[in-house]
Amino acid sequence: MIVVRRPQDEEELASLVREASGHGAPLAIEGGGTRKGLGRPVNAGITVSVGGLNGITLYEPAEMVIGARAGTPLAEIEAALAEKGQMLGFEPPDFRRLYGTDGTPTIGAIAAGNLSGSRRLWGGACRDSLIGVRFVNGLGEIVKSGGRVMKNVTGLDLVKLQSGAWGTLGVLTEVIFKVVPRPEVTQTLVLEGLSEARAVEAMSAAVGSPFEITGAAHLPALAGAPARTLLRIEGFAFSVEYRAGALAGLLKSFGALVRLDGPAAAALWRDISDGAILAEPRDRAVWRLSVKPGAAAAAVAAIRASRDVTALFDWAGGLVWLATPETGDAGAAVIRRAAREANGYATLVRASDGLRAEVPVFEPEPAPIAALNRRIKASFDPEGLLNPGKMHAGL
Amino acid sequence: MGAIAFPTPQADILARRESIVAGLAALLPPECLITSEDERRAYETDAFTAYRRVPMAVALPRNTAEVSAVLAYCHAEGVPVVPRGAGTSLAGGAIPQEDAVVIGVSKMNRILEIDYANRFARVEAGVTNLAITNTVSAEGFFYAPDPSSQLACTIGGNIGMNSGGAHCLKYGVTTNNILGVTLVLVDGTVVEIGGAAMDAPGYDLLGLVCGSEGQLGIITEATVRILRMAEGARPVLFGFPTSEQAGEAVAAIIAAGIVPVAMEFMDKPAIEICEAFAKAGYPMDVEALLIIEVEGSETEMDATLARIVAIAREHGVKTVRESKSAMETAAIWKGRKSAFGATGRIADYICMDGTIPTGQLPYVLRRIDEIVKHYGLRVANVFHAGDGNLHPLILYNVNDPGEAEKAEEAGNDILKLCVEVGGCLTGEHGVGIEKRDLMHHQFNRVDLQQQLRVRAAFDAQWILNPAKVFPLDGRAA
Repeated sequence: MIVVRRPQDEEELASLVREASGHGAPLAIEGGGTRKGLGRPVNAGITVSVGGLNGITLYEPAEMVIGARAGTPLAEIEAALAEKGQMLGFEPPDFRRLYGTDGTPTIGAIAAGNLSGSRRLWGGACRDSLIGVRFVNGLGEIVKSGGRVMKNVTGLDLVKLQSGAWGTLGVLTEVIFKVVPRPEVTQTLVLEGLSEARAVEAMSAAVGSPFEITGAAHLPALAGAPARTLLRIEGFAFSVEYRAGALAGLLKSFGALVRLDGPAAAALWRDISDGAILAEPRDRAVWRLSVKPGAAAAAVAAIRASRDVTALFDWAGGLVWLATPETGDAGAAVIRRAAREANGYATLVRASDGLRAEVPVFEPEPAPIAALNRRIKASFDPEGLLNPGKMHAGL
Repeated sequence: MGAIAFPTPQADILARRESIVAGLAALLPPECLITSEDERRAYETDAFTAYRRVPMAVALPRNTAEVSAVLAYCHAEGVPVVPRGAGTSLAGGAIPQEDAVVIGVSKMNRILEIDYANRFARVEAGVTNLAITNTVSAEGFFYAPDPSSQLACTIGGNIGMNSGGAHCLKYGVTTNNILGVTLVLVDGTVVEIGGAAMDAPGYDLLGLVCGSEGQLGIITEATVRILRMAEGARPVLFGFPTSEQAGEAVAAIIAAGIVPVAMEFMDKPAIEICEAFAKAGYPMDVEALLIIEVEGSETEMDATLARIVAIAREHGVKTVRESKSAMETAAIWKGRKSAFGATGRIADYICMDGTIPTGQLPYVLRRIDEIVKHYGLRVANVFHAGDGNLHPLILYNVNDPGEAEKAEEAGNDILKLCVEVGGCLTGEHGVGIEKRDLMHHQFNRVDLQQQLRVRAAFDAQWILNPAKVFPLDGRAA
């Protein structure tokens, strides 16, 4: 029987952790519960939902900064920003369609997972936008790091450490992000029918140009439609028009660039960031590979030699989404080998509970790094109460 | 000066100096080890010159293996180690102590790999910031962070301090532009963090190491992101009758959805000092100057600037001067980037580095003026306006010990003011020894203890850059 506790403020959350520490009772940390299938299964009798910690705490459009309590719905943040013509620069993904969950994505969980969408290519990752955090550590102490100003090198950067720690180093209670202007115009240009290798070349040429590409993705041929390579340009109308023309000239040898505008283009980028394109069939395992962009196509080819995979490339090849049948180790050995050869690593982002308990979800670490991470974990959470085992066994 | 305390050198280490030097000599060739007093004196301080301590020895290893060997040895012997890049720290981040060995990365200055298709360069830690851009500029690429000391400062030091620069409004600071490092841990273990991929797995050790001021290990190699240069860049000078109007114009530009690549603010004393030095054509009849730089094709720059000029006019701009040539552009930036050096020609100064919420600018400038006047001194303000990073230069006479002390006190008051209004003690220079004792103004005991425990996870015995960053009291983590 899992007990769900839903503290209403930071103080209550801190005392809840202190109480748990008295009993050595591990806690599973949850935002909106939309990514229940991500990470190793956590064996905890108590789930702590931060959904009660709600509300925007700071928004200064002229300073390009927004802060909110961790359980604030992402949609609420995005609406507040849109009203002032701004947005989060890293295009936070919403994985509900990937996992088939409902619930509400929360800003704290986005920060804890360091999750970024297609715009990461130009705008940086979630962790690059995150400038301040408050969190409760495993001792039940309330700790702050960073702040509301975008240049800050005062002391150790625990903000970065919390982003991507998946709640294992603390329960985030408040997060502060820098934000960017919402572009006046967005234009998507499409190349059709390129092979994966040619698509990566085209994306590399585009991203290596001065034309500020904010999205570069390659979609497999699906349901009779040809493979598509998408390039996105954003900004003021006069500038977007100019750069789209210049890009078409630059990429002439790859074929004609077709314009895709309006809601259809926006929906497509949404699908790419959210992992929705590979969501079906639902019994397939889904991997995310972070690799040297130019090596992405070869990595996929190497994996395909021994497995049935569908591949989608984002970040100009730097991110590869793979869907593959959940047979054996769901390809873990061959996929991780290929990712390492491409100077990167792989994360098993969707698989059955059984498989995620057996196959490492996050990239296995070399011994000295693993030892370091265990000491870091102990420095925040000496009793191992917070999301134990979510990232690695014993962490 | 002298308000900043150093720990008493450990007598047992000083007594073992000869054997420690002999131990180091067994690990390094003679040209990589500095032991004579005269030569060691060259390493007694950095750009925070008010404090000096001659180190026990200086090791200048040539590669990661030598760094590893020296660190392992010092760790085993319990000898403190002070990592050093080019020694340009304005916060005393590289100032040694008598019982310490300096490990300098200056001999590790090779560019190892440049990969334009994947937009990264892999370099040794002693490569200078500007050398990276110079190496890749022929292909139209650059490395974005551009601290004013970029001609001299090393990428290892930049990562240690998470350096910024004038152009980080658009491109971010060091931590946003580094993909990986080779890090030697205190016991000599070599670990690779990140690399050619855009994200690294596991805890964000790269983010943690960046800005850790040599407290967690020594960086020997770095993989940095290189970016394609814009087609063109053009700075424009905007002179305003008051600082308030300049501040309001900055806010209005951002509200209009424009993020220029740089927005630099100078007050009247700074304008006068820099103009006298660089002859950049800065307007002399204004109270505040903004240098705003935009990028893109000629037509893009024209259109963006037209919008910015219109906004500036709404806020009472008195002078608008566009750069018409590459020479003018260079002169405009030379003036700004030499602000510290130019100030040094007319007086001694200390350069402060705090960040404030930009909305607080008029209030903070007024308070800075009051604080400095209270101590009977003068101040010139240069400031990264887009991101709120202030650099007040407090002028004083070094030969008057009373003035030096007052300058230090005024600086401390200004940094406390930055924290009071919601900002922080340091935007891009780091804490070093300079701001170490102010840390409790920004962080409470719990915050600091958490940082200290993380530090201890890397270096439980305080071997690495020991008297920096954290107040000397309350260190038992």
